[in-house]
Amino acid sequence: MNIFTRFGQFLLMIRGMFTRPENIRMYWKELMHQCSELGIGSLGIVSIISLFIGAVSTVQTAYQFVSPIIPRSVIAQIVRDSVILEFAPTITCIVLAGVVGSKISSELGNMRVSEQIDALEMMGINTKAYLILPKIIAAMITIPLLVIIAMTLGIWGGRFVGDVTGILPHEIYDRGLVESFVPYNVTFALTKAYTFSFIITAIPAYFGYNVRGGALEIGRASTTAVVVSCVIILLADYILAQVLL
Amino acid sequence: MITINNIEKGFDGRPVIDKVSAEFETGKCNLIIGASGSGKTVLMKCLVGLITPDAGEIGYDGESFTNMDAENRKIMRSKIGMLFQGSALFDSMTVEQNIMFPLDMFTRGTRAEKQKRVDEVLDRVNLSGAHKKYPAEISGGMKKRVGIARAIVLNPQYLFCDEPNSGLDPQTSLVIDRLIKEITTDYNITTVVNTHDMNSVMEIGDRILYMFEGHKEWEGTNKEIIFSKNERLNNFIFASEFLKDAKDMRMLEVRGKIDNNRNMDELLK
Repeated sequence: MNIFTRFGQFLLMIRGMFTRPENIRMYWKELMHQCSELGIGSLGIVSIISLFIGAVSTVQTAYQFVSPIIPRSVIAQIVRDSVILEFAPTITCIVLAGVVGSKISSELGNMRVSEQIDALEMMGINTKAYLILPKIIAAMITIPLLVIIAMTLGIWGGRFVGDVTGILPHEIYDRGLVESFVPYNVTFALTKAYTFSFIITAIPAYFGYNVRGGALEIGRASTTAVVVSCVIILLADYILAQVLL
Repeated sequence: MITINNIEKGFDGRPVIDKVSAEFETGKCNLIIGASGSGKTVLMKCLVGLITPDAGEIGYDGESFTNMDAENRKIMRSKIGMLFQGSALFDSMTVEQNIMFPLDMFTRGTRAEKQKRVDEVLDRVNLSGAHKKYPAEISGGMKKRVGIARAIVLNPQYLFCDEPNSGLDPQTSLVIDRLIKEITTDYNITTVVNTHDMNSVMEIGDRILYMFEGHKEWEGTNKEIIFSKNERLNNFIFASEFLKDAKDMRMLEVRGKIDNNRNMDELLK
């Protein structure tokens, strides 16, 4: 199957999601369930990664800044902008592509192979709308929130490590954080977060939903879904940076 | 009654169903039998609309299912219940939640009314105490019974069972067969069962359609099948030497050439 056929199938899947829900309450329940699964379920890993990214950024930036001419508060500015512009949205979403993407792909793949999707279709339920759309909407609600949390924790991690190790006292760090701050950067980061949250749910859903075969194919679909999602996230990252900055 | 007329289906240019026509009567267990790969499951999936046939007509009580738009197809599907080969229960839900799911999705009754209906169908399939169990915690036979309960919870007019006895021991298979038969007659529904279990054929096969390499090879009742002269059918149902001998013996009994009350101990001496 070539890339154009797959892309066509993907577009048809997206189009097929938009029909009148059979029972709005059941869809809402599923959406809330997915918000909890995708959002709250990923909070732990996102927090750990963000804290360490912020901490490592501070240490490495300070290590490279040997000139006494450059004020130390610039370290905080660099950490802030790197975390907001790149680390929080992109790295978080690449990690989530692994965590959430493989979960979605294997869940749907298993449902397909064990005929659970057929059982839902038999009941007259639009499985694309009931199984895939709530996941995408839940991701678009929760992942930008996770990115905001990642920004906060990343910046705080940098501040904490700077202070504890004595690299950068928190008074200087705090001053650096507000210097030359561009609010548009947050808008740009959130635009990326929305784009990536669609990618990391829709692509694994496509691969999982279209699994044919058994356990081996589910595993293969999961791996392909994560790899393709990561590559497309990086491609989208570049395109968005080129277009919006 | 379900009628199919010249159904054809192929995959990658290879025909899997070749101009099959049949009628499945209401209030009867209609069996589709055949060896693995003979096209039984594909035919059933065509019947319920999970696979679109390449050609032919499918009609449910005079209404053409083939030409139905998506909205009417949804309505028609609410009248269909299906038991899948692997039961297809939702892993993350308990037995009760599995059966409650179609009620929650398609009915507007109160919680108590829905619970009453769930209790009724679980009682009907003799699983009254299994409400809170997860599919992973119950046996294969129980899974099939939960699958049947879920299939009948919305009072369907048509029931499809894809290999209901696969992976079950003969005793449990008999329980499932009898349950399907009882449900069919009690609710007067049209039941179509895919199977290659000869016990099922003899136990519940009111009408039998034998498929061979994608086409209809033979059609009849469980009374007729034993005397059929169709060689392919005989090769399929009397696959082992033991069964061939048993059939020959039965023929001789029926023709009065041997005493059907003979003492086997005497014969074995």
